[in-house]
Amino acid sequence: MTTTAEPTALADIPEVSVAVPDEDGHGHLAEMRTDPVALLERVHAECGEIGRFRIADKEVVMVTGAEVNEQFFKAPDSTLDQAAAYPFMTPIFGKGVVFDASPEERQQALKNQALRGDQMRGHATTIENEINRMVADWGDEGEIDLLDFFAELTIYNTAACLVGLPFREEIDARFAEAYHGLERGTDALAYVDPYMEGVESFEIRDRSRETLVALVQDIIDRRRARGKVAREERDLLDVLISLDMSADYITGVFISMLFAGHHTSSGTSAWTLIELMRHPDAMTQVVAELDELYADGSEISFRSLRSIPRLESVIKETLRLHPPLIILMRQVAEEIELAGHVIPPGTIVASSPRVSNRIAADFPDPEAFDPSRYLDERQEDLQNRWTWIPFGAGKHRCVGNAFAMMQIKAIFSVLLRDFEFELVQPSESYRDDYSKMVIQLQRPCRARYRRRQQVATEDAR
Amino acid sequence: MTFRVVADRDICQGHQMCQAEAPDVFGFDEDEDLVVVLTEHPSDDLRPQVTDAVKYCPAMALSIIEEEA
Repeated sequence: MTTTAEPTALADIPEVSVAVPDEDGHGHLAEMRTDPVALLERVHAECGEIGRFRIADKEVVMVTGAEVNEQFFKAPDSTLDQAAAYPFMTPIFGKGVVFDASPEERQQALKNQALRGDQMRGHATTIENEINRMVADWGDEGEIDLLDFFAELTIYNTAACLVGLPFREEIDARFAEAYHGLERGTDALAYVDPYMEGVESFEIRDRSRETLVALVQDIIDRRRARGKVAREERDLLDVLISLDMSADYITGVFISMLFAGHHTSSGTSAWTLIELMRHPDAMTQVVAELDELYADGSEISFRSLRSIPRLESVIKETLRLHPPLIILMRQVAEEIELAGHVIPPGTIVASSPRVSNRIAADFPDPEAFDPSRYLDERQEDLQNRWTWIPFGAGKHRCVGNAFAMMQIKAIFSVLLRDFEFELVQPSESYRDDYSKMVIQLQRPCRARYRRRQQVATEDAR
Repeated sequence: MTFRVVADRDICQGHQMCQAEAPDVFGFDEDEDLVVVLTEHPSDDLRPQVTDAVKYCPAMALSIIEEEA
């Protein structure tokens, strides 16, 4: 076993083959920008629990499997640094806005802020209102673009819950659209230079950020003109204005607050609906479960914070197959030993939710959509804490995961109560666009809805 | 069969969800911002509560270990 041998150097870690010709000397960057899933799967298939590839001048060491993943996720921040591994985020947040807080700061923030357990009830009510507003003009039937719909809905949800209700009322589809432009700017070319000239997605990114700053500046101007309001009507924006922060900086703070919770929840909601439409049996069971749970007239804000086992299993299985982040990275700050290899400072180490979540030994028949994996007798998520990693793991495990689950449960409680959905396109044509580090649904991605007939029980009342 | 409750305090994030699910089993250290296991071997009638606490822990920091009686 590797554990008994002397640790060996970086160069001894097997390097994955090259599938997309390296014409610009940037190693595996070309494949990372076109088909990263194939690259990550090949690292595991060819190299096993530890393998290596190169992106521009960065060596990336990818680990897979419970044992090494645990070492990776448990390493302290002083050893593995998160922010330095994601250079594509700097121009999006703006200079001086932090990527992520230290675990200690995250914990402190959690204690005081919007993600605290006792705030969830209010958030659930807020989300129920937002989804009702989004479907208010739907009529009896029609079609939606899944990307547009869920991206807009989740920007309102996160803005309302994390920044505040007053701010939510001051933004509209323009904010959602500009935010989307930022997410599209996460091209892995940033590993060469995040400000490279002549890159269209970077230009769109920078224009989108300017648009957001202008929108926030307008809101600030209106609030300044309006003057002070009562304490209970203030939100985070009022606090930041009172601290004399610039619109540019405030926008950066909001962008970073919304970032982790936006494209992730948006994509997961869309994929949950796609998987339900692809699997009519699962859809029937979830609809029956929700009908039964809500038959007593209980509020969505109450119910979505509690156990909804079948829907939860469908969401978990969706997350396993379509993790919103396919690679989690850290930059080595202090030498670390992983799987018998000493990794020097400056190297990027990574673990892939996309690859881990489909390890056949942990998830039998890994390509199959099977929500029964999470039933009490199997619990493949809890049994595989270091390989079932759609939310990451360890100290940096997504702090918003309870919020995200509640949000998606609330969204589907409303959508499936009032509407039936069906695929518009061939099932296999729904896929992700992997050309950017932030993954989004590829268009077209349309779905058809039809308002449900009143259920018989209501007629009988 | 009895069971033992284990909390991995290295990965606890202080969400305090477990206290709501199983208040007799989980406490919270306000200074450290970390979970405290109040009773390592709860009685079997608390098992459903503890199971939910384990399942809904946002940090996946809790587990149940089955033991011979």
